Amino acid sequence: MKLEGTFTVDRPRDEVWQVLNDAEVLRDAIPGCTALEPTDDGYEATVQLKVGPVKAKFSGTVTIKEATAPDLLVLAGEGNGGVAGFAKGEARVVLLDAPGGTEVAYEAEVSIGGKLAQLGSRLIASTSRKLADHFFTRLNEIMSGEQQREAS
Amino acid sequence: MKDTPEKPFKGRLEDRRFLTGKGRYVADITLARQCYMGQVLSTHAHARILSVDTSEAETMPGVIAVLTGADCAADGLGTVPPFFMPSLWGGPEGYATQRKILVDDRVRCVGERIAIVIAETADDARVAAETIMVDYAPLPVVTDARAATEADAPKLWDDNENGNISVSIPMGDKAATEAAFADAEVTIKRRLLSPRIAPFSLEPRVSVGNYDEADDRYTLYTSSQDPHGVRSNIARNVLKIAESRLRVVSPDVGGGFGLKAHMHPEDALVLWASKHVGRPVKWLGTRSECMLTDTQGRGQEIEVEIAATKAGKLTAIRAEAWTNLGAYFWGTATPPLFFAMQLIPNIYDVGAVDLTNHAVFTNLPPMSVYRGAGRPEATYLAERMMDELAAELGMDQAEIRKINAIAPDAMPYTTATGMTYDSGAFADMIDAAARVSDWSGYDARAEESRAKGRVRGRSLISYVEVAGVMNERMEIKFEPDGTVTIVAGTHSHGQGHATVFSEMVADWLSVPVENIRYVQGDTDKVLIGRGTFAARSSMLGGTALLRAKDALIERAKLMAAILLEADKDSLDFADGMFKVRDSNKAIALTEVAKMYYIPAGPANALGLGLTGEGTSAGKPGAAPNYPNGTMVCEVEVDPRTGALTVDRLAALDDVGRILNSTICEGQIHGGIAQGMGQALMEEMVFDEDGQLTSGSLMDYCLPRAEHMPDIASELSEVTCTTNPLGVKGIGESGAIGAPVAIVNAVLDAVRPLGVAHIDMPVTQAKLWSALRDAEAAQ
Repeated sequence: MKLEGTFTVDRPRDEVWQVLNDAEVLRDAIPGCTALEPTDDGYEATVQLKVGPVKAKFSGTVTIKEATAPDLLVLAGEGNGGVAGFAKGEARVVLLDAPGGTEVAYEAEVSIGGKLAQLGSRLIASTSRKLADHFFTRLNEIMSGEQQREAS
Repeated sequence: MKDTPEKPFKGRLEDRRFLTGKGRYVADITLARQCYMGQVLSTHAHARILSVDTSEAETMPGVIAVLTGADCAADGLGTVPPFFMPSLWGGPEGYATQRKILVDDRVRCVGERIAIVIAETADDARVAAETIMVDYAPLPVVTDARAATEADAPKLWDDNENGNISVSIPMGDKAATEAAFADAEVTIKRRLLSPRIAPFSLEPRVSVGNYDEADDRYTLYTSSQDPHGVRSNIARNVLKIAESRLRVVSPDVGGGFGLKAHMHPEDALVLWASKHVGRPVKWLGTRSECMLTDTQGRGQEIEVEIAATKAGKLTAIRAEAWTNLGAYFWGTATPPLFFAMQLIPNIYDVGAVDLTNHAVFTNLPPMSVYRGAGRPEATYLAERMMDELAAELGMDQAEIRKINAIAPDAMPYTTATGMTYDSGAFADMIDAAARVSDWSGYDARAEESRAKGRVRGRSLISYVEVAGVMNERMEIKFEPDGTVTIVAGTHSHGQGHATVFSEMVADWLSVPVENIRYVQGDTDKVLIGRGTFAARSSMLGGTALLRAKDALIERAKLMAAILLEADKDSLDFADGMFKVRDSNKAIALTEVAKMYYIPAGPANALGLGLTGEGTSAGKPGAAPNYPNGTMVCEVEVDPRTGALTVDRLAALDDVGRILNSTICEGQIHGGIAQGMGQALMEEMVFDEDGQLTSGSLMDYCLPRAEHMPDIASELSEVTCTTNPLGVKGIGESGAIGAPVAIVNAVLDAVRPLGVAHIDMPVTQAKLWSALRDAEAAQ
């Protein structure tokens, strides 16, 4: 399944790049994230998710396959939610200068299994869009908060 | 018997329990101290199991035990083979799988059972099951049967020397077929699909297992069509105990349709778990759990080519099919493999045939029987191709069928696939269908449709069913007070057997129907039986019942002779009375029966009790019966939106001698509804990773009352010659004829718009796309 989206963050590209690579910010911004620890080549994370009728705690790893600051991030991830199923996939995140800030475009190829596929497959696209929305909104909030802190 | 003004249908004896909510299903059974089972199902379609971590589940509230495949192995539980393989029906040897009831090494489809949790409540069991973490190493997946036969396809069973093919069943005469094709004036080739669909019983599967330590005996309550079959399978293969140490009870069952014709892993799991925890264990399948773990029906791709003369006479058919077995050769998967080929000739003299059916393993859940079991696939092919031929030659749908129909005076007629039809008046059925459906009024209706901006199409199709598989046993006994009990080997789960069999016995013995009790579905009460599926019970149950009656009357005659002081051979039995020939001495059977229960006196020399038992046999050991019929369907299509209405449907069914016309028509209606689901809506959809994506009623569409047309049904009685009752089956007929009747009518409507082909299910989206493609091509 292909997922894609574009968001605009009202901060310069370098700053956006930094927060996208900051474990603490990610832990705060990823919806339902209860744990996120850096590893040698990425992160280990636990995320509580609800897709339609399927609610589960997914534990998984994210591997950074490519990182070209401040332009491109290629991530591979997989999460296991036990009986609820699993998700795995690869995402390409591209940062572009945009008027008033940075445009972040992502493209992901994801496969899902178990209950998640059986009951939630038609909800994945809309749910992931909503989650991405939350993530970038929070990212914006965090960055404008930091900006204010710096200014004061 | 036929409903008449003198003898109208007064409802079924079952109606009180079913229509007032008094039925007793397995879910209604609550045993003292019972606990519940929850399951961990595989989320991958093909993977090695690296580990199963149950540590968290073991500490969860209410949890009594957590069991895995390792525990199965430690307890020495056996694996489950197919019920039988094609070799038993005269086919080649094939690769038979052995299925573990809990898988510990490698999952081959989604929904494989990996672990179970036994807990105080169903919710406790489910919640704890969700904490069990299975570590998988995924393997490559193949979901398509034909793709699975490619050399580089992922292999399901390492030691299968034939790749992913379990068995290839050939049929017919290759040389004669080639010769016919060499001389053919017309040939037409098509690729046809019958997708996987869900049997979908209203009552999901449920099992309760109880191990009694005092007697060292197990009891299983399960929603099954065949309790004795379940008993044999579990006792012999899984628990490895004497069959007498297992009792299986199937009380009221809310629909089976073939899904419940065989055991499921849960049946064995609840028994094993009960022994482990020392308490009864209940498993209540949820709808989504059952959609994932139930066996499915159909699943066939077929390449077919027909040869014919320009006058419309078929001369040969050749076809190669790939049937998607799924991960296991499971349950009764054998019959559909045969019937899908054997019934291709249908009502026609088709000349020569050369047919092959490949049964192929893939990473889908197992296939087994579903109402029709192969016959709908065969009928779909025969009737789709007949319409293609009619369209090619510009002939009328009824005319081309009558040209090819086997004549009544050719009976008994052996088809090119080796089926011997005993009786049938096929061309008459076509004429009668034309009458019942108002065939000649079609043009006016088509004009009305046109005026509304719609297009109308119609079909006329015929089908042949083969009914009466395996053997059966029935028992009739008099109670000491002169009332009667029928002990049936068949199993009614919506068919109305209690009504029909009781009416038959009431009629034969002249006892009031309210004095007859009907018993079924308990291996402690019924000596042996095969249960009900494949439209078998009217012929096999009916014949066995007739023989039980004959045996009972023969035994009763001994007592009647003593009581009438007459020679046994001078007695006749009629209207419930034994009469001495050429005399006015007579005695009622009921009185004779009571004498078998007196404790002392001259009559007790004959011993105690009056019973009769009878058995019967069908295919493959003895001749089955061939129900047949014709359907006429009219649909209306909106060419702008692809919206489709099944407007009219007439069904003419030759059921042999009618036992109960209302119940026959009920079977026809239900079958047509399911056939409509197959034609227009239903499909079990799997993605390329083998994940089920139509696993809930949000995504799997079933027909509803609003989709159904009024059905004009008429029964025809062409007496069957293979059984003493003259009956033919009825349970599957509607589901066999309806899919192709509907699809052909749709194609008839849209062929003038340039749509020459469409596959089931003909959803509105699919039809709309086909219409747009055709528009673009013009």
